[in-house]
Amino acid sequence: MKGFVGVINLDHELDQLNELTYFRCGAAVPFGGRYRLIDFALSNMMYAGMEDIALFVRRKYRSLMDHLGEGRPWDLDRKRGGLFILPPDWHDPTDTSLGDLQHIHNNMDYFHRSSGDIVVNSGTQHVNKVDFNEVYKYHKEKGADVTVVYKKVAELEPEHGPCRRVEVDENGYVSGIHHERDHNNIYLEIFIMDKALYLDQVRYSIAHGKSYFFRDVIQHNPNGLKIAAYEYTGYNAVINSVESYYKNSLALLNPDNYMKLFHEKPVQTKIKYEAPTKYLESAKVTNSLLANGCIIGGEVENSILFRGVKVEKGARVVNSVILQKCTIEAGAVLENVILDKDVHISGDRTLIGDVKKPYVTAKSTSV
Amino acid sequence: MSKKEVVAMLLAGGQGKRLKGLTRFLAKPAVYFGGTYRIIDFPLSNCANSRIDTVGVLTQYEPMVLHAYIGVGNDWDMDRKNGGVFVLPPHEREEGSSWYQGTADAIYRNLNFVERFDPEHVLILSGDHIYKMDYGKMLDYHKEKDADCTISVVNVTLEEASRFGMLNTDDDLKIYEFDEKPEHPKSTLASMGIYLFKWDVLKSYLIQDETNPTSSYDFGKDIIPLLLDDAKTLYAYPFEGYWRDVGTIQSLWESNMDMLSEHPELDLNDPNWRIFTRSPNQPAQYIAPEAKVSDSIINEGCIVHGEINHSVLFFGVEVGEGSVITDSVIMPNVKIGKNVRIHRAIIDDGMILPDGKQIGVDREDESEILLITNESL
Repeated sequence: MKGFVGVINLDHELDQLNELTYFRCGAAVPFGGRYRLIDFALSNMMYAGMEDIALFVRRKYRSLMDHLGEGRPWDLDRKRGGLFILPPDWHDPTDTSLGDLQHIHNNMDYFHRSSGDIVVNSGTQHVNKVDFNEVYKYHKEKGADVTVVYKKVAELEPEHGPCRRVEVDENGYVSGIHHERDHNNIYLEIFIMDKALYLDQVRYSIAHGKSYFFRDVIQHNPNGLKIAAYEYTGYNAVINSVESYYKNSLALLNPDNYMKLFHEKPVQTKIKYEAPTKYLESAKVTNSLLANGCIIGGEVENSILFRGVKVEKGARVVNSVILQKCTIEAGAVLENVILDKDVHISGDRTLIGDVKKPYVTAKSTSV
Repeated sequence: MSKKEVVAMLLAGGQGKRLKGLTRFLAKPAVYFGGTYRIIDFPLSNCANSRIDTVGVLTQYEPMVLHAYIGVGNDWDMDRKNGGVFVLPPHEREEGSSWYQGTADAIYRNLNFVERFDPEHVLILSGDHIYKMDYGKMLDYHKEKDADCTISVVNVTLEEASRFGMLNTDDDLKIYEFDEKPEHPKSTLASMGIYLFKWDVLKSYLIQDETNPTSSYDFGKDIIPLLLDDAKTLYAYPFEGYWRDVGTIQSLWESNMDMLSEHPELDLNDPNWRIFTRSPNQPAQYIAPEAKVSDSIINEGCIVHGEINHSVLFFGVEVGEGSVITDSVIMPNVKIGKNVRIHRAIIDDGMILPDGKQIGVDREDESEILLITNESL
């Protein structure tokens, strides 16, 4: 399988994770002990053999660029193609477009130069292992112009609220896309279509004063495109709020979720050279995920520790998500909290958040 | 290629017979250490941290894993346009082919490689020691003494001394005698097998030694004594800090255990002197509700349901419920079933230990460390 042109569209993703997105965009939010949200979409694209991937970035993407580098972990450091970070900052006086259509318009060269002829679009708020080759196979079988990917969820959770829903007819085609909250087919922000058709639709939409590709071309479908719906049945977590971030982080402690997300086709991420994690004699760790470079002297329960976290002897961490390089001194107690990177917790502190609404500290603070 | 002040030559061709089954299909420098590393990561990372960016790695025994591991050297920042890491296997030439006859012969046969960089000095390293060392400081010392050769040394006990090349020096550390593995050592200064030579001096002695049919073509046995006979300037450079030869099962195990103390002599978490390695890129380790882990090092990708005490787990190790591991080193991707007991053992990589397996328990002599490989199980 070849010929995919990847687009990771962050143009309209909102940075709604409060303290965690003060200084970074949602795609750069750390997740799962050692990853950032964008790693999942990128790894899925890598495993589909994608050689050209563009990132439409708009806001707070410095840490994202630092994380991605030249794309080596995802095999994107290429002579031909590779990873392109495409900012929107281009003022073309003849340009009449708006929204992400403007972004696409400003970066037409990327599409013209890329070797593939199938566009795969993805966001980063859905953490999953969608196999784009399977989606493409289905797309061909259905003879569709566009194929969108959705997941039928058993229980509607608060984080599904802002998601679009996909109405599917008995033949597997889309009969409607909307925001009706009681509908269970969640759109995963993934669609694929022919590059030529994609570019035609971009031109048409701009000429007709439109702004957003998905809304104006696929959802409203003014040109009667044949849209197929691919049902994804694997693991999917929606990360679009602090609550959903916290809930889905701790859900990784369920071995079933851990295996589904991590066991096959390991997710790729920026390489760090941390030593393996060290447990001192006094360590007491249960039901937790720990990345490398941690030194554990205290108690850790139901928690996720990112790289380089120190939990001193006599400190206690429960139901918490502790990001890179935090230090928790002896005597401190943390329960239901999220600590962003480089946070230092002094020995006499007790921070307790709510099970549903964790207490969040901003990056590089001392408490 | 532009001129380099120093080129490092890393001797990585040894078999490491005393590591038994671990080196059956693996050169000794490729043996795993410390939960995630291979032995060769230490000299390579030392070079990277010392800003030595041109390194020749001389391979011979079972080179495949080593070659693949080093790759283009990007993990050690050695994927450079000018310089970088070069793997140098023995090769056939016009006059015929043969294996490297000794450490000095290996360098002799790569004279052309070194010449490309026209260096002032050549640093000879071996790929079987665990230590962190700033070679830049040794170079400063070497230049300050205007030495033809500087040999890095550590203090050992008199009992250990007969295992090493021993140096006798004046008070100012000028070497006047070198005994390779002496029966009756006269000092406690042992050579670490790290030599810094003026390249023009070394080159002429390598050429000279090569014409001697009775030579064993070895730095310790031949080249150093030759230099001393000719009254060349040789200095000992005292190294302080952790240094271990991990050439035996016992010493490999001990050195792994050394990393477990709360403040180990060799700090692997020092952000200013990282030990670089090819990342296994596996997910964060999962410690289950019923697991108990203490006094141990555990790497990425491990899934622990059992009890781990005073042990090292490399990446991708799975430990089933009710299993107890004590005083052991578990190499990468070992799958351990339920109710397994492992005590004072090294388990070779990729092994699968079925439920209920007992290793190293109820034995009379606890002093020996068991090595468990597919052949020995």
